[in-house]
Amino acid sequence: MFKKVISSIVVLTMIAALLLTGCGSNSGSSNDSKVKVGFIYVGPAGDGGWTEAHNNGRLYLEKQLNIKTLYRESVPEGPECEKAIRDMIAQGCNVIFTTSFGFMDYTEKVAKEFPNIKFFHCSGYKKGENFANYFGRMYEPRYLSGIVAGMKTKANKIGYVAAFEIPEVINGINAFTLGVQSVNPNAIVKVKWTHTWIDSAKEKDAAVALLDEGCDVITQHNDSTAPQIAAEQRGVWAIGYDLDTPKAAPKAYMTAPIWNWGPYYVDQVKAIIDGTWKTSEYHGGLKEGIIDLAPLTDVAPAGAKEKVAEMRKKIEDGTFHVFAGPIKDQAGNIKVEAGKVLEYNEIMGTGMNWFVQGVEGKIEQSK
Amino acid sequence: MDFALLFAYAVHAGTPLLFATLGEMVTEKSGNLNLGVEGMMLMGAVMGFQVGIATSNPLLAVVGAAAAGALGGLIFAFLTVTLRANQVVSGLALTIFGTGFAGFFGQKLTGKIVPGPITTFFGEAKVPLLSDIPFVGKILFAQNLFVYFGYVAAIALGVYLFHTRKGLNLRAVGENPAAADASGINISLYKYTHILLGGALCGLGGAYLSLVYVPTWKENITAGRGWIAVALVIFTTWSPYRAIIGSYLFGCLDIIGFRIQDLKIKVSPYIIDMLPYIVTIVVLVFISMRKSKENAPPKGLGNPYFREDR
Repeated sequence: MFKKVISSIVVLTMIAALLLTGCGSNSGSSNDSKVKVGFIYVGPAGDGGWTEAHNNGRLYLEKQLNIKTLYRESVPEGPECEKAIRDMIAQGCNVIFTTSFGFMDYTEKVAKEFPNIKFFHCSGYKKGENFANYFGRMYEPRYLSGIVAGMKTKANKIGYVAAFEIPEVINGINAFTLGVQSVNPNAIVKVKWTHTWIDSAKEKDAAVALLDEGCDVITQHNDSTAPQIAAEQRGVWAIGYDLDTPKAAPKAYMTAPIWNWGPYYVDQVKAIIDGTWKTSEYHGGLKEGIIDLAPLTDVAPAGAKEKVAEMRKKIEDGTFHVFAGPIKDQAGNIKVEAGKVLEYNEIMGTGMNWFVQGVEGKIEQSK
Repeated sequence: MDFALLFAYAVHAGTPLLFATLGEMVTEKSGNLNLGVEGMMLMGAVMGFQVGIATSNPLLAVVGAAAAGALGGLIFAFLTVTLRANQVVSGLALTIFGTGFAGFFGQKLTGKIVPGPITTFFGEAKVPLLSDIPFVGKILFAQNLFVYFGYVAAIALGVYLFHTRKGLNLRAVGENPAAADASGINISLYKYTHILLGGALCGLGGAYLSLVYVPTWKENITAGRGWIAVALVIFTTWSPYRAIIGSYLFGCLDIIGFRIQDLKIKVSPYIIDMLPYIVTIVVLVFISMRKSKENAPPKGLGNPYFREDR
């Protein structure tokens, strides 16, 4: 009997250890008790990628407005999310950011119940009176990073480690390839799918497979630095994603399309404090600063800085659009006619299920 | 496609599986089913990385990883041998514990890089002469020291289990603890030592991922490889020699999805991800059909030993 009690206690303690990483709260000395902001993360706050970028935004928000924030990390994309949101409300949060696609429906549900609380969902498409959504036009810096890759490659083969066949990833590959081909029409982009966001060993495997096939620049739509390290170990070059990570692979790393959520968070929360807030569908680009291209390192090819700056200016002032026709798909059919420009909803929507010419890889159709 | 290149990388990808499989195998040979492999691998991975960063010493990093894995084994041994708790529940709890442990200690480790001395130490080291053998040399003997250690560990474990007195005793403990007890073998001591040894090997498997394979820290770096190792023990029917082949085969399955696009064969990537589990089920079916004693699991596997029950 006694042994049974002890063993139950030990087992329960071990399971409780999981809570060590469960949640956290950071409370700055708040001088404004009007708002308390809660963040729901899909991964650990220090994941070195997607969630860390959001967490940096949260820290920026705390510093700029001197307010209180709470966060909950590693929340699965399921009913646990709804519970986490309700926990936040119970702790007094009146502004809540949910930062993963799968949180959308749960956020909407809770938002309808609490009309006085402001909700923000990242990367989705739903909205309501007190429920805004936000994202960034990541394809703009992707295009710019394609220019860097296209100028750097000598083998004219560039490897792209990608997670899932979803519009967000596919339009990134297309924008990148258009950037590559704008400076180097002979270069091709090879794509390998990892079908995971969390397995960094798999990301490395995919990168090594691309390197074995002769690619000499590796880029990624995955959250770990493993593909960059793979490139460094082979003595070739890499472009990262999510965050500026020049230290992970100093001899390979050239730049990265990165997220910069902080200014958006500050704008929105400020508007709430001032009482001028209205719901919105926000998808800022280079001009607004929610996304960016990390500064080019010394590894980047000569002349890339100037070329990137030139195109960046054109994108920012609207004289150039990444998805402006004519654009052909892999089979050579015209997908976007000359003179036409794809709308944001077309770029992010399910119609984005084709690759542009110059991509070598397949999209597994899941219909 | 360059097959030598593919197989060489399969060996590399199979090495974490090999260590974890050997660890689970030696644990199961003592009659204890430890489903905490994933947890112990993660504990080893995070501790190996932590010590590696702190000391820049490859050997200390490896020892740290083994110690962390053994700590996981110790918790399991205390629960299942001393307290005779349910092995399945304790093992699952250990997986959850190890995930939390690694997440907690890994918080400050993301974005850190493995120090140069360790990367160099575990860089490619060709074995003289042997690496000149065509094809095979390139696959097996142009690897790093950690991989070679895997060969040594597997063969040493095979010799220990099947050709030494202590190995015989261990197998007796796993097959029929009552008989072993009657012949004067210290059951608890055998169980404790080998569960700890098993944990240490699992920890090394995790450290291979964080220090050599990826190499960077990322939460949940093992991503389910511990469970594949549990399946591998069955697949290789509790033989350390077959574990070598099995692990490298599963390593090959792990990476082949990225390579067969060249061959213009249309196979869904999801089927390939399922392959390790499918072949394990097939092997299980074969074992139960053939009922050969050699390939059967240890008879006492999963049952706590009570001397009073005799």
